[in-house]
Amino acid sequence: MMEPILRVKDIHKAFDGSGVLKGVSLDIHEGEVVVIIGPSGCGKSTLLRCINGLERVDQGEIWLRDQLISGLKDMHLVRQKIGMVFQSYDLFPHMKVMDNLLLGPMKALRKPREAVEAEAMEMLRRVGLAEKAQALPRTLSGGQKQRVALVRAMLMHPELLLLDEITAALDPEMVSEVLNVVIDLAEQGMTMAIVTHEMRFAEAVADRVLFMEQGVIAEEGAPASFFREPKTERARQFLQSFTYASTRKKAQETQAADVGLA
Amino acid sequence: MDWGFIGSHVMDFVAGAWVTLRFGLYGVGCSLVLGLLCCLARYFRVPVLRSVAHGYIELARNTPLLVQLFFLYAGLPRVGVRLSAEACAVIGLTFLGGAYMSEAFRSGLESVEKSQREAGECLGLTRAQNIRYVLLPQALATAAPALFANVIFLIKETSMFSVLAMMDLMNVADTLRTSGGRTVEVLFMLVVAYLALLLPVSLAATFTERRLRYAGFGNQHSV
Ligand SMILES: Nc1ncnc2c1ncn2[C@@H]1O[C@H](COP(=O)(O)OP(=O)(O)OP(=O)(O)O)[C@@H](O)[C@H]1O
Ligand SMILES: [Mg+2]
Repeated sequence: MMEPILRVKDIHKAFDGSGVLKGVSLDIHEGEVVVIIGPSGCGKSTLLRCINGLERVDQGEIWLRDQLISGLKDMHLVRQKIGMVFQSYDLFPHMKVMDNLLLGPMKALRKPREAVEAEAMEMLRRVGLAEKAQALPRTLSGGQKQRVALVRAMLMHPELLLLDEITAALDPEMVSEVLNVVIDLAEQGMTMAIVTHEMRFAEAVADRVLFMEQGVIAEEGAPASFFREPKTERARQFLQSFTYASTRKKAQETQAADVGLA
Repeated sequence: MDWGFIGSHVMDFVAGAWVTLRFGLYGVGCSLVLGLLCCLARYFRVPVLRSVAHGYIELARNTPLLVQLFFLYAGLPRVGVRLSAEACAVIGLTFLGGAYMSEAFRSGLESVEKSQREAGECLGLTRAQNIRYVLLPQALATAAPALFANVIFLIKETSMFSVLAMMDLMNVADTLRTSGGRTVEVLFMLVVAYLALLLPVSLAATFTERRLRYAGFGNQHSV
């Protein structure tokens, strides 16, 4: 088997003495899409933030290919290879969409403007936002902003893309326009670690699902088996909380059938 | 009002205004640089430097400029450091102004969402690039009114330069008043001269603030 792109080895992280990550290990291989789910506060965001050095790990190691990146003093070169998109989009409000897109490739990667601009236009077109190139971020809808944020991260050609609940702040009707872009990226072979609460999307996009609980990975599996028959009771309960609507519907149907029988 | 007297001394005031303006602007320029450095040391929690910056700011803001100038001009020679009046003026004004500018920059930087800094970091920008392209433009939009207020404050504080025997506006006026006794005319010209220097700054401040509000970025981070 090939060497993994990312290797997380038994990392620990505490905030103010309370453990948030308590020994997490994880390998991600090239082209693999790993979806991380779990209850609020279990440490999903912290895990992603540790991977690109926004948080420092207390213990353990993180390797990007053959480079030890945990505890590095200067992360900026590593971060050029690890893209990250957050729930809050975080477009730069004082720059037009195109300038948002050009900043990283031109300043961090020192690529010439013309080459990046052409590529940025092409990517904008692919996500349906070509006509917004000269718009200011505040004139865009949430879904449009998040698609721009994805393009901004992709223009760096990262080896690994980290997505932290990128649809959590969106109105429901805008969720799919963003998730479709992610599914596109997955089909193009992008290596990703995705935190999400959208279970149908998780099942569709994941090669592997990790279920986190109180700072550890409690269960891990292929999406088909994980979502159909989770092995741990905790994961079963967690998934149940998302199927509330459909169980209720089922309950009503059973009731109706009962009534019919009577 | 003796217009003849005013006419014959206009050039004295022009010369005084030039001293006030020149050394005022040197001080303002150096204050902006010092203030920005102190503010960044504190914002990025640079070890040691952030404490030094903090201590300096408290010291500078809680002592009068007059005392600072006396220290430079009369105190330092006692330990063998002899500076010209002009050097004392610029250093003194910078010492005072750096502290105020730092606080103005800081209010601006702190109004920029923390996630903006992280977004810049996630793009692999160096810290300097992140400051230059992401943080500072947004911080300046918020800090502009305070920065302009500081410029006006500092140029007014140059009136203290007369204790250094520099022929700034204040000293020109004092000299004329005590020698000729035309207090009303002298004060009239003094007011006019300061207004001529500071009114353009005020107008520039108003204009800039309006432009920034129109541009509509800064701390109003819309989701
Ligand atoms: N910078 C911080 N300082 C202190 N505590 C923090 C910090 N960041 C996270 N925490 C705490 O760590 C725990 C895990 O947070 P984290 O954001 O990783 O959870 P999460 O799994 O992403 O949750 P959610 O689904 O709500 O986003 C929480 O209890 C949170 O309060
Ligand atoms: Mg989170």
